Formats: sequence, C-alpha cells, structure tokens
Amino acid sequence: MLQHPHCPKKEEWIVTSIAIKAEGLIKRYGDIVAVKGISFDVEEGELFGFLGPNGAGKTTTIRMLTGLSKPTAGNVELLGLDIKANAATTKGFTGVVPEASNLYDELTALENLLFMGKLYGVRRRERYERAGALLELFRLQEKRDRPFRTLSRGMKRSLTIAAALIHNPKILFLDEPTVGLDVMAARSLRSAIRKLRDQGMTIFLTTHYLEEADVLCDRIAIIVRGQIVAVEKPEELKKMAIKEQAIELTIRGSVSILVERLAALIGAKPIIVGSNTLRCSGTANSLLPHICRAIQDTGAEIESINTIRPTLEEAFVRITGLSSTMMAMEKGGK
Amino acid sequence: MRDDLRGIWCIIAKDMRTYYLKPPAISWGIVFPIAWVLALYLRNPVDFKGLIPGLLAMTALFSTTAAEAVVINFELRLGSLERLLLAPISIMAILLGKILGGAIFGLLMSSLVAVMCVFLLNFDLHWISFLSILLPALLAFSTMGSLLCLMVKEVFEAQTLLNLPRFVMVFISGVVYPVEAMPKALQFLAHLFPLTYAVKGFQGVSGVSQGANVALHAAVLMAFSLIFFLPAANLLSKKFE
Repeated sequence: MLQHPHCPKKEEWIVTSIAIKAEGLIKRYGDIVAVKGISFDVEEGELFGFLGPNGAGKTTTIRMLTGLSKPTAGNVELLGLDIKANAATTKGFTGVVPEASNLYDELTALENLLFMGKLYGVRRRERYERAGALLELFRLQEKRDRPFRTLSRGMKRSLTIAAALIHNPKILFLDEPTVGLDVMAARSLRSAIRKLRDQGMTIFLTTHYLEEADVLCDRIAIIVRGQIVAVEKPEELKKMAIKEQAIELTIRGSVSILVERLAALIGAKPIIVGSNTLRCSGTANSLLPHICRAIQDTGAEIESINTIRPTLEEAFVRITGLSSTMMAMEKGGK
Repeated sequence: MRDDLRGIWCIIAKDMRTYYLKPPAISWGIVFPIAWVLALYLRNPVDFKGLIPGLLAMTALFSTTAAEAVVINFELRLGSLERLLLAPISIMAILLGKILGGAIFGLLMSSLVAVMCVFLLNFDLHWISFLSILLPALLAFSTMGSLLCLMVKEVFEAQTLLNLPRFVMVFISGVVYPVEAMPKALQFLAHLFPLTYAVKGFQGVSGVSQGANVALHAAVLMAFSLIFFLPAANLLSKKFE
C-alpha cells in the first residue's frame, strides 16, 4: 500500500480504534431540521451502512462528516482528529464518492485519476502506479484514454470511486454507490467495495437498497426523518424486529391432516401458504421435534423443509414503518 | 500553504486544458472583443489608435469574465466544483485558482489583440508598462466575474448576468467616449467601475493620455480585486453549506 502525505503524522496520531465519531450532529436549513442530533461511532476497518429513505438525512450527514457542510451543532472526529481544527489533514486521508458521478467530462479516465492524485499531493510515479492499479481493479484499463463523458453510467460510477481512492485514503465515504446501475455493474461494484473492506479500509456507505446493506455491511444505522432509530449488525437488526423464526414445510399431498396434528402438538394453528405448503412460527429448536412427530404420526411425505429467517426488509419495515418499495420509488423520483 | 499552492496550480492547469476552448469562452471571450475591434477600426481607421487603449481594456474585461463563467459555472452545474472542496486545499485557494484561470485566458486574449495592434497598426506600446496595468486589470475583472458567476448556476445565466455590468462599463468607462466629456453624474458613476481605471491606465502607458497616474490606477484595480474577492469567497463557502 502506498503511504499518503496527508495521513496524520505520528505525533498527531491519537491512538483509537474509532475511525469516525459523530456527536450530537444537527443540521438546520432555516426552519427545517434535516438532521436532529445524531451520534454514532464507526470502528476502523468497519463497513458501516447508513440506511434510510429519501430525505431522511443520509446525504446531509455524509456532507457533514466529510467537512463539505458545517453542522449547526455537534462534532465530527476522523481517526481521533476534529475535522474543523484539522480540515486539511482529515480531508487528506478521506476519500469521498458523492451521489453524482461528477468527474470532468473533457478529461479521459486516466487524466481524471491523475488530476485527483495531483490535487491530493500524490507523487508523480505513485500517481501513475495507483491510477493503473485502480483502472485494473475496476476493469477500466481499456477505457483509460476515453473521455469521461463517453463512458457508460456504470463505468462513470466505477471511475468516480477509483478517483476517491487515488490517494489511498484510510476512510472512504460512499454516497449511494450503486444507484441507477444495472445488475451486473452493481454486482461488480459491490465486489470491489468488499475487496476494499478486506484490505482494511473503513467504509461509510449510504444506501437505500436493503439487500445491498444486508450483504455488505458489518453494522447498519437506520436513519428516519433526521434521527437514528437503530444501529446494529444486520443479523441483530433482524432479531430486534422479529423475535420468532418460522419453518416452512412442503409435503406431497394435502397438508390438512398435518395441520390438525401440528395444531394439537404446538398449541397454535400453522398457516397454510400453498396447497402443499404450511408455515409454523416459533424457534427452530422448539418446533422441529413436534414437526418430526407430526410427520411420523400422519405418515406425510416431505418434499422440502426450510427455516424462514426474518429479512432486513422486514426489520426495516418494522422499525421505520416504511416499505422498501416506497423507498425505491422515492429514490427514483416516481 | 504548500498544499494550497499545489492546488491553485492544479486548478489553473486543468481549467486551461478543459475549458478554454468551450463555445461560451470562444464567443464572449475571443470573437466578441475581436469583432468590436474590427468594427471600430473599419468605421474610422484614421483615428483608431486613440481607441486602442479602451479596446484593450474591453478585451481584458470580456475575455476574463467569459472564462470565469465557464470555469465556475460548468463545474457548479455538474457538481465537480464540489470535488475540489473535498481535497485538502482551502476555499481561498480554490477561488484563487479559478480567478487566475480566468485571468490567464484574459492575458492570452489581450496580448493577442495588443500584438495585432503593435504589428498591424504600428501602435506604440511599452510592454512592461502595458503589463503593469494589464495584470491588475485582469485580476479585478476576473474576481468581479467570479463573484457574479457564483450568484447563479448555469453558464448562460452567468453570461447574462455579466452582460449587465460589462455593457454599462463599455459605454461609460471611456472605451469609445471619454469619461471627461460625460455629464458629472455619469463621470461619478464611471469611477465606481474597474474598467474606467483600466482604460485610463492603458491610455497612460501607451501615451494616448499624458500625465496619467498609472501606479494609482493599478492600485485602484488591485483594491477592486480585494473588494470582489472577499464576498466571492464567502459566497463559494455558503454554496456548500
């Protein structure tokens, strides 16, 4: 890994495992309070998701964390340094990917990367080396001499992320990285983000895609109307929202006899979800012995048996009262 | 400081490469001043030399402000100005980079017109003296342009807004009609605009006007730069709050 000149010097370094610390952040625009006193910590090397519907305050928060917007109240520390007092230093070790892919249309892919490297003080040789490596990481080597304006949306997005990495930042802020991308481009970007996390980079990711947050993030904060309503690991969020698991059982033939037998054993009527499929709620440990006994008693022939776990979408809906479809529609301006 | 100087240079170099050949820069910064010079020359070739200082000042005004509209408003519209604010350089350095980018465009255009006047019309020009007034004039115009351009988002809005002071100045700052021959109220108004001092300065260094205090005019132009710079920096900073 190449060392960047803006990384805090040894004497500036405050020993901490907290990469991002937000305390009581408030952002007011006239009478509107966009962010209402949020606080959270992001550990070094963590991929932290910031999930919320459109207008919840995600972008406002990321702008405050990156020093692009002054908070009305509250403090932000990056690697133990206050961003107000150490603006140049903290900007030097952070990379930011805004929601819009806003590199320079007239410059080629390579020129854009070199320009950003120069702006961040990366030495000439390192600039070229890193630009080459990033073009390779994002599979853009063949497009290196093409002007930015001629690239596809997915390529523009990839190059925008590459530009944020040219100075080898310690913390990467990604604002809705996969919005508007096709499935393949989004998948490829997620894979690149995972690689960066595996290399130890701290990543702060805002998204309104629940599946994306679920598969990528170590922890997720859910923000609704400017307030954080939950900060947890995806698995814990799911548990918080839905206490019970369910087991879904598909058999050959009618499920009615099995339903009656199971109802007698577990004291609650299983739900029939298809002509041959039924669902029982409860923990797997408590349900499985009863299900096996009911199957034995009735002689039912099993086709499949699955544990149905709560999804992040269900958790999100339970926590926020909003549906994921509504979020996607809001984002698409529909 | 070192980061800021590097940032200023990066911004200037990138703006020169990226924006100098954009259509609005060409039409308002190159074609328009040259068309004025030719129109006035064809109308009265005999007394044309007396108009050259005013036309040089006007060229500096239009070329710098046209370039400012391009280097600032293209980036405001596309959001790429934000990228510069995320880098470890100060807002002052970013603004200075943008102002110098416009000023260098003005320097190239004004020098081109000056060279044409010297070699085609045998206009007498002392280059060092010429630069002593041209450089502060370019800074004043470019800073004024940046202030106005930061008030709007689109390039066409910026050019429209810039035309108001540009055309007022062309008519009352002595480009084609001497300020001293105008009514007192207009004379007073003329002295509120930087172009007046640029025209007088160019008249002084080219010998068109005897006894002009070139140093004073240059100082006033530098003062204009400062007056425009501070609110422009404030406006840029507020844009991203």
